[in-house]
Amino acid sequence: MKTHTPPEKPWQALRTEAVESLLVELGVIKSEQVDEFVRHYEERVGPRGGARVVARAWVDPDFRTRLLADGLAACAELGLGGPETEKLHVVENTSSVHNAVVCTLCSCYPWPILGVPPAWYKSSAYRSRMVREPRRLLAEMGLVIDPSVEIRVWDSVSEIRYLVLPERPAGSEGLDEDALATLVTRDSMIGVARVVL
Amino acid sequence: MNGIHDMGGLHGFGLVEQEVNEPVFHSFWESRVFCMTQVLDTKEIWNLDEHRHEIELMSPDDYIRSGYYGRWLFAMERLLDRKNILRRAEIERRVEDLATHVESLSVCDAPRDWPRRDDQKVRWGAWRHEDSVSPRYHVGQQVRIRNIHPEGHTRVTAYARGKVGVVDRVNAEAWVFPDTRAHYRGERTQAVYGIRLCAADLWGPQAEPNTTVFIDLSEEHLEEP
Repeated sequence: MKTHTPPEKPWQALRTEAVESLLVELGVIKSEQVDEFVRHYEERVGPRGGARVVARAWVDPDFRTRLLADGLAACAELGLGGPETEKLHVVENTSSVHNAVVCTLCSCYPWPILGVPPAWYKSSAYRSRMVREPRRLLAEMGLVIDPSVEIRVWDSVSEIRYLVLPERPAGSEGLDEDALATLVTRDSMIGVARVVL
Repeated sequence: MNGIHDMGGLHGFGLVEQEVNEPVFHSFWESRVFCMTQVLDTKEIWNLDEHRHEIELMSPDDYIRSGYYGRWLFAMERLLDRKNILRRAEIERRVEDLATHVESLSVCDAPRDWPRRDDQKVRWGAWRHEDSVSPRYHVGQQVRIRNIHPEGHTRVTAYARGKVGVVDRVNAEAWVFPDTRAHYRGERTQAVYGIRLCAADLWGPQAEPNTTVFIDLSEEHLEEP
């Protein structure tokens, strides 16, 4: 006999629990395998990995060259990699070009380099507007791009994934690689923010 | 297919809401759906294009209302059902059991296609390293994105169809063609091209100045202008 009523679960949580319990009973999956993936995304991969790549590219011109030639191979040098990215193109921001990434059809994103995308990246508003009015949308999101700067929007609808290499902030000449990495945000590597000191 | 998932250029979705200090997953069930799917991705049950297409087959109302992980949950359930690994009816019964806290849970004893036989096993990834391709187009060449409206899965976005662009990059690896693989009509490996499109060609008088859109498309989605 139950002495208390557990809190109401949202229907999706209940269905997920049902599917997982059945798949485990049938021997299709093990919960430990799912736990392992959860740990991977919650603890091991994420924007800090991408930030290390960006900081290395800022301080090491040879690495930057390799990164722009073959993104995944260069990221592997820093121990980054994993499922769902078979090719990575790194697009570099300059004083005359600003890059931003979207996937209008679903939410393709370089999981091994940046982890799980933020909710806004998966939102209908971002997916619909980014290819049509990037300048206006970026300004709404707090990034005003000078009219003289070309905006390049990368709609990553194939299996090729994109990472934006942001501009190194002015005045950061004295900082070492680790200090630079702490400045690099996830949003700057999607192309919706600048890196600032 | 021309569906709600193909959102590029649509109006009416409002502002992009950014969350400060967003967690990796907002709830336990979202983390389970996402990661369960990734475990299942390794089990040779389905291919990634098929998984994407399953999401596209949601009713537009459900697609919008379910959210990102809700779509994944839907696709997982439908695929497992269609592959005769786990039936929807079995899931419904288990949901009922869990919701009413019964003492003993329902048991699944119907025949099912698990473990997979060799002839049922499906390859996952998109790049076939053992194949090579001879790209038909080269960097700098003008190409037209074919104006096609297939009922099934396709990665040609509606906003780009019929437009003329320039080849910016040739990805000369053997990429599986999603439009046929999603339906088990062959892998048709081919090059994928980064196509550069001028905003004015896409959006006409409403285009923002000094803006360019790049989109990756399979060779079969392109033609001579």
